[in-house]
Amino acid sequence: MKSSSLTVLVIDENRIRASIIEEGLREGGYDQVRIIDDMHGLARRIAEINPDVIVIDLENPNRDMLESFFQISRAIQRPIAMFVDKSDEASIEAAVDAGVSAYIVDGLKQERVRPILKMAISRFNAFSRLSRELDETRGELENRKIIDRAKGLLMRSRGLSEEAAYALLRKAAMNQNRKIVEIAQSLVTAASLLDPGASE
Amino acid sequence: MTYEITAGFVPLLDSAILVAAREKGFAEKNSIALSLVRERSWASIRDRLAVSHFNVAHILGPMPIAFNLGLDPLSPKMIVPMALGLGGNAVTVSAKLWRAMAGQGAMANLDAYNNGQALRGVIAAKPSDPPRFGVVHPYSGHNYELRYWLAASGIDPDRDIEILVLPPPDMGDALAEGLIDGYCAGEPWNTYGVLNRGAHLATTKAAIWKSSPEKVLGVNAGWAEAHPEALSALIVALEEASRWCGRAENHAELADILSRPAYVGRDSALLLPALTGLLPVGGGDIRAVQDFFVPQAKAATFPWKSHALWFYTQMVRWGQIEHSLSHQQIAAETYRPDLYRNVLKAQGVVMPSASAKVEGALTVETPVGSSGTLSLGPDGFFDGGLFDPDAVGDYIAAQAKHLA
Repeated sequence: MKSSSLTVLVIDENRIRASIIEEGLREGGYDQVRIIDDMHGLARRIAEINPDVIVIDLENPNRDMLESFFQISRAIQRPIAMFVDKSDEASIEAAVDAGVSAYIVDGLKQERVRPILKMAISRFNAFSRLSRELDETRGELENRKIIDRAKGLLMRSRGLSEEAAYALLRKAAMNQNRKIVEIAQSLVTAASLLDPGASE
Repeated sequence: MTYEITAGFVPLLDSAILVAAREKGFAEKNSIALSLVRERSWASIRDRLAVSHFNVAHILGPMPIAFNLGLDPLSPKMIVPMALGLGGNAVTVSAKLWRAMAGQGAMANLDAYNNGQALRGVIAAKPSDPPRFGVVHPYSGHNYELRYWLAASGIDPDRDIEILVLPPPDMGDALAEGLIDGYCAGEPWNTYGVLNRGAHLATTKAAIWKSSPEKVLGVNAGWAEAHPEALSALIVALEEASRWCGRAENHAELADILSRPAYVGRDSALLLPALTGLLPVGGGDIRAVQDFFVPQAKAATFPWKSHALWFYTQMVRWGQIEHSLSHQQIAAETYRPDLYRNVLKAQGVVMPSASAKVEGALTVETPVGSSGTLSLGPDGFFDGGLFDPDAVGDYIAAQAKHLA
């Protein structure tokens, strides 16, 4: 792919996500990619980098500051404008859904930026999918630990086998219309209150 | 029938009415399932309004006007059927700048005229080193009241000082690090600066312009048109919530609710001063500020057209838009006292009979209406200025002359 001369600045407090975007941009032929993941002295550093395009996570609290550069361009050499392709409402929605926003140097042709935004949207989405899966995996592991601990408590205090302890938890969950892990958690909490050494 | 309404808010003290509507059951009582979504910038609020993630939002009073004027590239069409209180901001300065101001006669009573003159003295003594002030947004009451105070004190906000935009939670730290010398922000960020970052209050919004507009309920115009009943229910719920927020006996509980991580997420000790009006001003001194933040009394939720028009005159004054009759009309029509009146009259809420007033005309608290249960003002500007919403062009011409 032909490389582009545009300087793209990625502003994201999430360093991992920033590098995923950077990688995508490099693969897309954008060689001049810079990352800011520490918001300290942001205005000055934007001025130093003097980017053509800024990709920033939607939740970044500094966006109001960034947008104030639309009006007051004293802080930076070239005024910045928000990238909004009014002809393409779907892409605005896709960007907000994905949690990404883009700004361009005033006067830059929108066609040159569209692929950058598209790439950022797909990478942001991929990143949230990954983090969701990771959270779920972590949650499952955590749940299993709690259930194991509750089983241990029942086995010790009631002299049950592991299977019988699990069956008891499952039955209680069904009777109370709750999840097994919730019953297990109540049991672990109650045990730790009654005897601070017991749940360990 | 339950109305599903999603509202965006920024974690600030003046999100109180929306938060109380949900937490104290006023939304539920009016058949509303109210989801509150916390955002960290006004840009995010705007984006989510534009793509209809939000139906309504806690928003800076001038922003919906700016959107309707097309000043932002992403400009959702908005209406403002209700305000979310009056006042609530302050101007905070660093310990260093306060010492210099005190040397020029600044006093801890937060008097806007006196302390404005002191700041002018500091700048005149050292014009080579202009102070830098932070504000929260270009289209904000903060930006306009700070500039009004400076200009009326003989300081040109575009030449004699530098104004930059910062997120409110960063203001206190930026001040302590010397990146800025002062800021105009809402609460709890002034109290935070004073109690945690050695700052000093210079003056308050209530001192610059008494009973002045701040946050409003911004409503996506398309949603309002399609869901008039949901909007009516919301206005009723928020009016009830504002009455709860206004009662002194509820202030401790309100501060407690707002301190939760889902809302402002700061210690309730930082939230109480704005509610009680007993503000730490610096150096351990505490001052009573009358009407510092008014959530309900004095028609504090009434969306005055004169408030919308004053914001518009400041957009013109500071070069954000050219004045024209059609622009003026768009600004005036953004605020919808007619909707407020229609909905709340049926509820027996006492309210002003006019939709606009001459701002600055009431020098004392004045009873209005036949029942005598509603009083307005004082609503004076600290420099004695008057804003007549029927003479917008004259006001703009006069302030333009003042700037030159």
